[in-house]
Amino acid sequence: MSVTSLQKQSYPQTSAELDVELHKVFKVFNGETAVRGVDLNINRGEFFSILGPSGCGKTTILRLMAGFESPSAGEVLIQGQSMNHVPPYKRPVNTVFQSYALFNHLNVWENIAFGLRIKKLLSSELEYRVKEALKLVKMEAYTNRFPAQLSGGQQQRVALARALVNRPAVVLLDEPLGALDLKLRKEMQVELSNLHQNLGLTFVMVTHDQEEALSLSDRIAVMRTGKIEQIGTPTEIYERPRTAFVADFIGDTNLFKARKESYDASSLQIVTSTGMKMIVQPPEAGDMGQEVIVSIRPEKIQLSLYQPPMAVNCFEGRLQHVMYLGTHVHYVVELITGDRLTVMQPNTHGHLPDPHTPIYAHWAATDCLALKE
Amino acid sequence: MSTPTSHSSIPNPTPSDESLEPNLQVGKRRSWKKLLEPLALLAPGGIWLGLLLLLPTLLIFELSLVPNIRPGDVVNPSGLKNYLLVFQPIYLQVVWRSVYFAFGTTLVCLLLGFPVAYWIGQMAPQRWRNLLLLGFVLPLWTSSLLRSYAWITILRPTGVVNTILTSLKLPALDLLNQSAAVFIGMGYSYLPYMVLILYASIEKLDKRLLEASADLGAYPMQSFWKVTVPQTMPGIAAGSLLVFINTLGDFVDPELLGGASSMTISRLIYNQFLGATQNWGFGSSLSMVLILAVSIAIALLIKYGDRTPQR
Repeated sequence: MSVTSLQKQSYPQTSAELDVELHKVFKVFNGETAVRGVDLNINRGEFFSILGPSGCGKTTILRLMAGFESPSAGEVLIQGQSMNHVPPYKRPVNTVFQSYALFNHLNVWENIAFGLRIKKLLSSELEYRVKEALKLVKMEAYTNRFPAQLSGGQQQRVALARALVNRPAVVLLDEPLGALDLKLRKEMQVELSNLHQNLGLTFVMVTHDQEEALSLSDRIAVMRTGKIEQIGTPTEIYERPRTAFVADFIGDTNLFKARKESYDASSLQIVTSTGMKMIVQPPEAGDMGQEVIVSIRPEKIQLSLYQPPMAVNCFEGRLQHVMYLGTHVHYVVELITGDRLTVMQPNTHGHLPDPHTPIYAHWAATDCLALKE
Repeated sequence: MSTPTSHSSIPNPTPSDESLEPNLQVGKRRSWKKLLEPLALLAPGGIWLGLLLLLPTLLIFELSLVPNIRPGDVVNPSGLKNYLLVFQPIYLQVVWRSVYFAFGTTLVCLLLGFPVAYWIGQMAPQRWRNLLLLGFVLPLWTSSLLRSYAWITILRPTGVVNTILTSLKLPALDLLNQSAAVFIGMGYSYLPYMVLILYASIEKLDKRLLEASADLGAYPMQSFWKVTVPQTMPGIAAGSLLVFINTLGDFVDPELLGGASSMTISRLIYNQFLGATQNWGFGSSLSMVLILAVSIAIALLIKYGDRTPQR
């Protein structure tokens, strides 16, 4: 074991290694609670996403970090320092705004130099750093343009450079790619990821796009009505959602209300409200009561025309819709219990079955999660 | 933010209609229409301006070239002698004083008007804004002469201000008949215009830009100078120009509030035409100087007042 890893072991997760901490943060706007008791620890150098539907309080959390809002209760710390009474202009963070908020009276160069001029940097140093930032976002050719003369993607790059040039401890990104079209968004996702890896800064991104969060983040916090539902790596969030809301919000899923039947250490048998008996993966953490919600991802479900031998969780049904999506085929199966299943299969066969074909749907017990409501 | 008077620096090529017109016959009729439409729209205003502004200005210019002309004399232009008269120290002093009054009043209006317009445009609740603006425009509904006399009552040695001061055992102030009274009176008259024009600009100010500025480390004062002022420059420039031009031509307030030594260029012009002096040529040349000064101010505004490209 090397010396550095020994040192790391002797300082486990102290404030010194955390860039942003939220302790029991509440925010109330005119009697409406936007954030209810959020606890967050964001590690140094991490790409952290806050994901949730609109109105869940995710942007408020970012604004609390930036200092545009102050918490009604609780504490926000950046690099171990309490930020509760620190105005935005004294915080070691920079924001990439949702609408970019570029200064339309200044050209690209002056927009990027804005923060450095405030800091009264030497002109040689300023010039070096602005050039570096321009190169980083590949905008060297546009220094004299005004924001109005740039495309959405270019404005996005300038907004990024304007934040990064200040070398903040934390970069806050508020729906940074929300205003771009799909193709450009994919391109910028790759660039954002590259920038994060090359600069080693802490990125905190707010988004409602679950795909964006999954592809970019080291960890994701899923929010719902002002609270955090789950924090975890993209795989944890997707493969092991803790609640039905998370399972439903991240990707597509099939959800069934169910009741526990029998329980042992390795498996749990449940029965759905429509009478389907399933063997499911028991939940990691303790007791969750008799009522559960069962989640099965569409891509984990197998379809076959004949009854498979020795399959658990196998149900008979009939194809209702077949949707051809190019790389995948999307099926809707109506089971004899009346339940509907969404199934996603890679397009490998070429020949698609007709609607109304009788079919068997089955899945492994490990692909079927019992969740809290 | 879109600004009404801004000049976009992006060339905006509009394809000519003829080239896109498949039918030549229709194209021809269209081009006639294209010619007539603007003429029909411009004619009423154009004739009005031509007859009542351009023509009289030219007549005044002709008059300004005649020395010592009085009512009834034959107009016989003979040179720029009247203009040389303007540059005599005694008259230059009058010109300088007019500019001083106008500039000072503009500054007073700007300093008093900006915070008010900012408050109404950015901080007051949306539904109160129109009412607040209306309240500010209310003084304009009274006659300007009445307002000047009201100020005399307030500022004179036995007026409201001094009555209050003496009752508080404070020394009385000599406010009337000096520059201060002119700035107070004219500032009061023109403040509503300034507030209205500033409001139009400030209301459109994007608050997110101020957040961005704070985010980049700018203290509130730095944000004000680096973001708020440039962003509202069209309003600042237009409001200042409007107040400056109007106060440069105003002589009621200086005359009534400024006392004996407050002769302004407008009052001087008035004297040449309607007062005891009766020198129309000199009066005309003074008018031309005034028109020229205002034109230069407007030209500067158009060129430098608003360089913000449209979003």
